[in-house]
Amino acid sequence: MNGMHDLGGKEGFGPIRFAPNAPVFHAYWEVRANALYSLAVKHGVYNMDEYRYAIERMEPRHYLSASYYERSLTSLSTLCVEKGLVSREELERRAGGVFPLARPAVSGRTNRPGRQRFVAGDLVRVRSDHVSGHVRMPGYIRGKTGRVVSESPPYPFPDAHAHGIDAQTEPTYDVQFDSVDLWPDAAEPAKVHVAVFQSYLERAPQS
Amino acid sequence: MPVSTQSPTGNQIASIENRVAAIESVLEDHAMQAAAFVDTFNHWATEEWVPENGARVVAKAWSEPDFRSRLLADGIAAIRELGLMMPAHHRHLVALENTATVHNVICCTLCSCTAFTVIGLPPDWYKDLEYRARVVRESRSVLREMGLALAPQIEIRIWDTTADTRYMVLPERPPGTEGWSQEQLAALVTKEGMIGVAKV
Repeated sequence: MNGMHDLGGKEGFGPIRFAPNAPVFHAYWEVRANALYSLAVKHGVYNMDEYRYAIERMEPRHYLSASYYERSLTSLSTLCVEKGLVSREELERRAGGVFPLARPAVSGRTNRPGRQRFVAGDLVRVRSDHVSGHVRMPGYIRGKTGRVVSESPPYPFPDAHAHGIDAQTEPTYDVQFDSVDLWPDAAEPAKVHVAVFQSYLERAPQS
Repeated sequence: MPVSTQSPTGNQIASIENRVAAIESVLEDHAMQAAAFVDTFNHWATEEWVPENGARVVAKAWSEPDFRSRLLADGIAAIRELGLMMPAHHRHLVALENTATVHNVICCTLCSCTAFTVIGLPPDWYKDLEYRARVVRESRSVLREMGLALAPQIEIRIWDTTADTRYMVLPERPPGTEGWSQEQLAALVTKEGMIGVAKV
């Protein structure tokens, strides 16, 4: 989905809050939130793609204002309600107040039929797909051309896997883009490598 | 934290601690032994998934050219030699070697993925909106702001973790460390160095 989470290349942000050797956790509830979402994965309540998608479905105002671990908690809780482990009313009764959850899911899509295999050196173009469900293609590469560097082992297709529909595994390609192609006249020169699922790619005219 | 603790309907939003406790009780109801798992997880997150793991990998790669080759060819197989593991859904670990002409840096623009069992869980700044939005588009400026000024002739490669392949940067070995033990070398290596926002 063209959601608020898809941040690569968005403008207007200020300095990075950088400190060397920064602590990972600031409060024990953050450890608990992290532990509980991974426990639910371990027990097969949902998979990591469903987990990521439920974060992406958070209402944008909530997404932007929530800390990382509040997003984890919101995804975990949303999926527990959607999977029938608890009702929203019961969850709010136990929490003693309103419990903000993510917005509803829409339909997913299956792997693209007739996917092509690529090898290192191939020029590829990212298809101009606009996917309303879960997708692991950052918007900044949509329609852009890059060069395949290598192939990674196959993974379940996230656009299907996040929606509980048949997800075949497919390879991902390490594709190298030029930042000045991604944002013409509006980026600092660099190579940007993105792990791109096979279904998102088509062959580009070779040069 | 939410901008407001009022919900759109005017009712008070439960505190974050109460929300965590509520969902923990739900998992307990479903026999997942949540409270015990939180203790186990806390041990893993603070004692096991630490950047010292990756530091050992880097020190070995600096010291043993054969290991360096194996690490660059197949990261997961190489770290296994040191007794290190990745979660089952991370099927590929790519070590990115910095050189005199190429500097690598890792990010995750869509969420905040990392090779956390090797380099440690990501710090706030890695997960923040600012780093995720900016580093792919203005990498040189972002690195300079973070204290790493790279010469203009050095090519920057940014690696956006958009699938379940995971990355770690293999920093350049600092000059003047010839003859150092792997333990001494490992003590130099930081999480920031393995993300690529600092030199070692």
